[in-house]
Amino acid sequence: MSEAASLLKTPLNDTHRALGARMVDFGGWDMPVQYSGIIEEHITVRTAAGLFDVSHMGELEIRGRQALDLVNHVTTNNAAKLAVGQVHYSGLLYEHGGFVDDILVHKVADDHYFLCVNAGNQQKDFEHIAGHNRWECSVENNGSKYAQIAIQGPKAQTILQRLTRTDLSQMKYYWFADGEVSGQWARIARTGYTGEDGFEIYVAPEHAGARWQELMEAGRGEGVKPVGLGARNTLRLEAGMALYGHEIDATITPLEAGLAWIVKFDKGDFLGRSVLEKQKAEGLKRKLCGFEMRGRGIGRDGYEVRVAGTPAGWVTSGGPAPALNKNIGMCYLPAEKAAAGLEIEVMVRNQPVEAVTIPIPFYKRAK
Amino acid sequence: MKYPENLRYTKEHEWVLVEGETGTVGITDHAQHELGDIVYVDLPKAGAAFEAGQSIGSVESVKAVSDIYSPVTGEVLEVNPLLAESPEKLNADPHGDAWLVKMRLSKASEVEGLLTAAEYEAFLGE
Repeated sequence: MSEAASLLKTPLNDTHRALGARMVDFGGWDMPVQYSGIIEEHITVRTAAGLFDVSHMGELEIRGRQALDLVNHVTTNNAAKLAVGQVHYSGLLYEHGGFVDDILVHKVADDHYFLCVNAGNQQKDFEHIAGHNRWECSVENNGSKYAQIAIQGPKAQTILQRLTRTDLSQMKYYWFADGEVSGQWARIARTGYTGEDGFEIYVAPEHAGARWQELMEAGRGEGVKPVGLGARNTLRLEAGMALYGHEIDATITPLEAGLAWIVKFDKGDFLGRSVLEKQKAEGLKRKLCGFEMRGRGIGRDGYEVRVAGTPAGWVTSGGPAPALNKNIGMCYLPAEKAAAGLEIEVMVRNQPVEAVTIPIPFYKRAK
Repeated sequence: MKYPENLRYTKEHEWVLVEGETGTVGITDHAQHELGDIVYVDLPKAGAAFEAGQSIGSVESVKAVSDIYSPVTGEVLEVNPLLAESPEKLNADPHGDAWLVKMRLSKASEVEGLLTAAEYEAFLGE
C-alpha cells in the first residue's frame, strides 16, 4: 500500500489533485498545502476571496434536554449566553487546566449543540466529552457526515450570495443559519480562521464537489482562488489566532495563551476551573506575546527566545507575514516580561537575531 | 525539464559551475520548486571556508527552512548581493542570476564525483 493510500481523504481530494495542488500528510490527512503559491493565495484572501477545503475538521454533536449542562461543563465559554443561530469560540480543557482542544460551539437548538473541532483531535475530544457526560445527552462524532468549505475574504459574501437564498447581509459575524446552497442543505456560518470576513459552509460530503465547483465559478469575476493549508497558516498567524499544538496544548492554559476572554468564571463549575482560578489569583508564570523580527532572519516554531542573553521562552509559530511585509511570530515569555516593546533575541541557527514584542493581532481587517 | 549540461549537481539539489579555479554554487530548479515561495536566504561571508557536504547556509520558504550544502571544498570569494533584497529571484532564475556564492576550489577533482545533468535528471525521475 502506498503512503498516500493510507492517509485519510476529504471528499474533495480528486478536486485538489486536478487543480495541481501540492499534497501533504497533515496529521494523517492527505491535504493541499498550496495550489498557486502560498504568498499569492494569502494575498488573494486579503484582497478578494479564497476557497478552502476544511473537511478534515471534526464535527461533534451534543443533543438532549440537558445538552447545555454538558457543554458548559466541558467548555470554558458560557454557552448559556448563546442564542439559537449563534456561535462562539471556546476551550475544551482537562481538569488540570490545559487544552484538550480549541473549538467553535454552534447552538442549533436548546437541545442541540454543534461543535467544530480540530481534525487531529476529534476522536480525543469525543472521548473526553463522552467521558464527562453525567447527563443523559447523546454525544456523536459526526466528522464523516459533514464536508466543510470555507470562503474567506472581502468578496466572500458577494460570491456566496449568488448561490444561496439565505440573506447573508443579515448574518452577523459569529452567527450561522441552516439554509441551502444551490438548493441543497447547508449550515452557513459567518466564521473563519483568516482574520477576514467570510463563511464556513457545512454540507453533505456527497455534495462537496459540486459546491466547490459552483463557488469557483461564481467567484470567477472576483478572482476567487483555491487556498491551501500553507496560506491558511500564514493568514491565521497574521490574525493572531491560536493553533493547537503550537500556541495551545495540554500543558498550556487559556489564561497563558491570552484567551481569558473565552473563560467565564461567572457561569458555574467547569472542567479546569479551579486550576484557572488559582492561576488567576497567584498570577501567571508565562504569557503568549507577539513579536516582529528586527534583524535578518525568521523566528520559526520551536526556536528559543532570549531576553538580555538569557533563555526565556520559545517561539510557538513564526514566519513571514505576506500582507505586512515583515517576519512575525508568537512566543511564550515569563509573564513579568511579557509586554509590548520588549527587545528579545530569537535564536536562529544558534545565532541571536534581534526582535521586539508587539501586540497580537498583527493584522486587523478594515471594518 | 532539461537541466543545463555545463553544471554539475548534488543529490541535495545544489549545482556548481566550474570556471577555472572558481566554482559558482546555486540550488536547482527542482529545489526552488519544492520549497515554494522563497522569502529569505542566509549565506556565509566572503572568506569563509567549507568542506564539500558542509552546510553553508539556508534557504527559507514561507513554510520551511532548508540547509544548503556546499558541493565542493573551498573558500567563499563572493556572495550574491541580489538575494538579500530579492530572495524571490531564487524562484525565478535558480540556475542563472540567483546563484548563491562563488568559491575558490581547493579540490578541483571533487567535481568529477558530482552528478551530470543527465544523471541528476535520472535521479529526480527515480
